[in-house]
Amino acid sequence: MSLLDYFRSTKKNTASTAKERLQIIVAHERNRRNSPDYLPQLERDILAVIRKYVDIADDQVSVSLEKSSDELSVLELNVTFPDDKK
Amino acid sequence: MAKIIVVTSGKGGVGKTTSSAAIGTGIAMRGFKTVIIDFDIGLRNLDLIMGCERRVVYDFVNVINGEANLKQALIKDKRIETLFILPASQTRDKDALSKEGVERILNELAEEFDYIICDSPAGIESGAMMALYFADEAVVVTNPEVSSVRDSDRILGMLSSKSRRAEQGLPGIKEHLLLTRYNPERVVKGEMLSVEDVGEILAIKLLGVIPESQAVLNASNSGQPVILDQDSDAGQAYLDTVARLLGEDVPFRFLNVEKKGLLKRIFGG
Ligand SMILES: Nc1ncnc2c1ncn2[C@@H]1O[C@H](COP(=O)(O)OP(=O)(O)O)[C@@H](O)[C@H]1O
Ligand SMILES: [Mg+2]
Repeated sequence: MSLLDYFRSTKKNTASTAKERLQIIVAHERNRRNSPDYLPQLERDILAVIRKYVDIADDQVSVSLEKSSDELSVLELNVTFPDDKK
Repeated sequence: MAKIIVVTSGKGGVGKTTSSAAIGTGIAMRGFKTVIIDFDIGLRNLDLIMGCERRVVYDFVNVINGEANLKQALIKDKRIETLFILPASQTRDKDALSKEGVERILNELAEEFDYIICDSPAGIESGAMMALYFADEAVVVTNPEVSSVRDSDRILGMLSSKSRRAEQGLPGIKEHLLLTRYNPERVVKGEMLSVEDVGEILAIKLLGVIPESQAVLNASNSGQPVILDQDSDAGQAYLDTVARLLGEDVPFRFLNVEKKGLLKRIFGG
């Protein structure tokens, strides 16, 4: 490896950043595709309810529906509360 | 019974038309009777890439509307005996294609042809839908770049839920990944997603990798599908791709940085 290559590699490799971002967004969008149409609205409604009490940003609530077996789906609700805004 | 293959991507400008022309020509070169249909209504570019732009008399929409029959609209290639092109219409009416109309034409073509290649327009709207709806197999053309990969994943979603095979509960469309405009030098430098990265994210079988190549521009300049330029890297990569599509087991080439010869090292290249 030449000296030049060494300095290059100390910079954050943008291809690996691209890969990480893609893995997250693609997983998220696949999940969306396989879930019922009402889910985005449900997410907005939940967000509105929580905002009556706590000021949170749009991306602090996520709702997903995971099919765990033929008869059972689990609704997963994730809300992150910022420490200072309690 | 003909096999219907859609060449699709979601994103525009990734190499669908280049690939449709190359793959269709390559399959026809193997002796299969092949037609390439331009589904890009309103734009029409396949004719230019195939070098038959001055021979277009009737188009796909004329045939659907009954203004011409298939015999009148099909353009026979002058190089390959078994190759035909059905050009797109330049109408501005985006909804010129109806599902029933497309189905009728495909059924008629299926009686005569072994392979029907559908060159999809960009987007995920009705035009792209129409091109993929009746497909048996799909070649998902992807560039090693974030927006192209994401759009390819959306198209994969459509293939598995919005196609005829999905709606009728038939076995799913066979999906192939075709990575184009690949630049191994940039991959090594960490500037470009690698074949492995894209394969891992999209999780479908890799059909081919086409390098970024000057030969593609030369080919389109002269109206010769690049697969006919058999000395070129891109031409050879498409030949391998066609072989794999026909079920042959061919090793991948052009994935690594080419070692430069002494002269090139001295004079640059
Ligand atoms: N492997 C390649 N190397 C270099 N240029 C390419 C390659 N593949 C496609 N191109 C260029 O990219 C542009 C878009 O290609 P095209 O096949 O028209 O894409 P699409 O049909 O998806 O819009 C064209 O200018 C074409 O010459
Ligand atoms: Mg095109």
